[in-house]
Amino acid sequence: MKISREDVLRVAELAYLDLTEAELETYRAQIDEILEYIGKLNELDTENVEPMAQVLADDQTADATLREDVVVPCNVAGEILKQAPDPEAPYFRVPKVIER
Amino acid sequence: MTTNWTIGGVREAIAGKKVSARELTEEHYKRIGEKNREVNAFLTLCEERAYAQADKIDAAVAKGEKLPELAGVPIAVKDTISTRGVRTTCSSKILENFVPPYDATAVSRLETAGAVILGKTNCDEFAMGSSTENSAYGVTQNPAAPGCVPGGSSGGSAAAVAAEMAVASLGTDTGGSIRQPGAFCGIPAMMGSYGRVSRYGLIAFASSLDRIGPFARKVEDVAAVLKVMAGRDPNDSTSTTAPVEDYSSELKKPVKGMRIGIPREYFGQGMDAGVRAKIEAGIDLLGKLGCETREIRMPHTDYAIATYYIIATAEASSNLARYDGVRYGLRVENDTLVSTYRKTRGAGFGAEVKRRIVLGTYVLSAGYYDAYYLKGQKVRALIAQDFREAFQKVDAIVTPTSPVPPFKLGERTNDPLQMYLADIYTVTGSLAGLPGISVPCGKIAGKLPVGLQIFGPAFGEAQVLRLAHAFELAGGATV
Repeated sequence: MKISREDVLRVAELAYLDLTEAELETYRAQIDEILEYIGKLNELDTENVEPMAQVLADDQTADATLREDVVVPCNVAGEILKQAPDPEAPYFRVPKVIER
Repeated sequence: MTTNWTIGGVREAIAGKKVSARELTEEHYKRIGEKNREVNAFLTLCEERAYAQADKIDAAVAKGEKLPELAGVPIAVKDTISTRGVRTTCSSKILENFVPPYDATAVSRLETAGAVILGKTNCDEFAMGSSTENSAYGVTQNPAAPGCVPGGSSGGSAAAVAAEMAVASLGTDTGGSIRQPGAFCGIPAMMGSYGRVSRYGLIAFASSLDRIGPFARKVEDVAAVLKVMAGRDPNDSTSTTAPVEDYSSELKKPVKGMRIGIPREYFGQGMDAGVRAKIEAGIDLLGKLGCETREIRMPHTDYAIATYYIIATAEASSNLARYDGVRYGLRVENDTLVSTYRKTRGAGFGAEVKRRIVLGTYVLSAGYYDAYYLKGQKVRALIAQDFREAFQKVDAIVTPTSPVPPFKLGERTNDPLQMYLADIYTVTGSLAGLPGISVPCGKIAGKLPVGLQIFGPAFGEAQVLRLAHAFELAGGATV
């Protein structure tokens, strides 16, 4: 077994994800099978391989040049707050975080 | 009158005043009204916006102005791509009522070129899936193969074009999500090189893999839509400054003498015999066109799915951390902030998304990072190297798009690993960042569409399109 029930619980905790009892067991079994499959990567010796951290070669990335740091107008706060589940302009309201 | 419009056909009819942009828009909404209940390709329509754009085109026609290249062309957009003022859900409950405050660059470039955006199309939730069955808003039917899935994740975009509800559409491709539904629905579908099309406004799934690209009825239409979207965008630092070629004129160049690699590893076990027969017939056709086909080896192909599902889920777990019920989207209120996060995400995400967040968080977590994520990044480098070496000897690589023809609705939903393996031929090019297209390559027993996939070197979009176009003209769709 590659992944235990405790592992899934720990990971769900890290990801702030509520899982039901049924989900917990289903995902554990399915992810176990997926990790088993992923294990085939160990057939390859990658000791001297550089990890691919960038998709494009250096000369193909636009970021080779930096842009000027200029201020541009961005008056979207009102529109953005309209999407919030519980806005109180100019804030997003959330349940109390700090106990007195 | 025709219902299977092409971009060239629209251009001629509008310029010749045979049809107005408004009439063409009405005609498409009428067809959507007739067919969408059954097909479920569209989740949201934006009629007001579409007619306003159509009227602008008609006014330009009346004044005798020069029309832009996509004037009046009705286009559908996948629901993972932001549209200002038009609900964008990613087919998820967590974004059920989300209305973006801005347009994706791909969308605004299409509208600037005269396109009429009809609405938003169904997909697997957050583009995670290969059948569009992971949508929170119902499955999409495959118009080309009744009873079968349309492929995924961009199944709604493929079905909209296949059912003549749009002339072209936009999808997004992370591991095959444009090419595979294109193959399943019997239409051409393309992803350009990584960085070719700006992703500003694309709701992120896996940022080192995600790309936006077109579906259309003809390869030349795919080329026209890609051309309009391509090119550097200051709002997306991963978009490239590499020059954009004029794909439409590049298409017409000859393919005779083009060197085509056929990787043996793409014809292994798990491949459907019917698919194999069609792809072999397709390769014969390329030979008749004067292309020089030769077998090549790409030894790391077999490791691509394992690599992909490490990298894609790791990036997804990070990207999807933003859905917290605070700033937008669903909130399931609970007594503390942390329990609100947990309840919101537990209720808002569907099964496949949760599975991938758990897997992705696991492969990145302390103690497992080296064994999984770092290993994946290293094997990804080996897969990219396979392609680089191959492209020193050949101009294009030809493979099947999918190992299997369209499968029945519900057939694979209980087995995630089997579903993942459906992406076995598409994820390689995604990991390497290269351009790829799927073009129709006959139908098994005259019924189930098969797609032939063509990969090119980085920024080799023009040669990929040229070969696909020649294949289509030579009758590839009926081999």
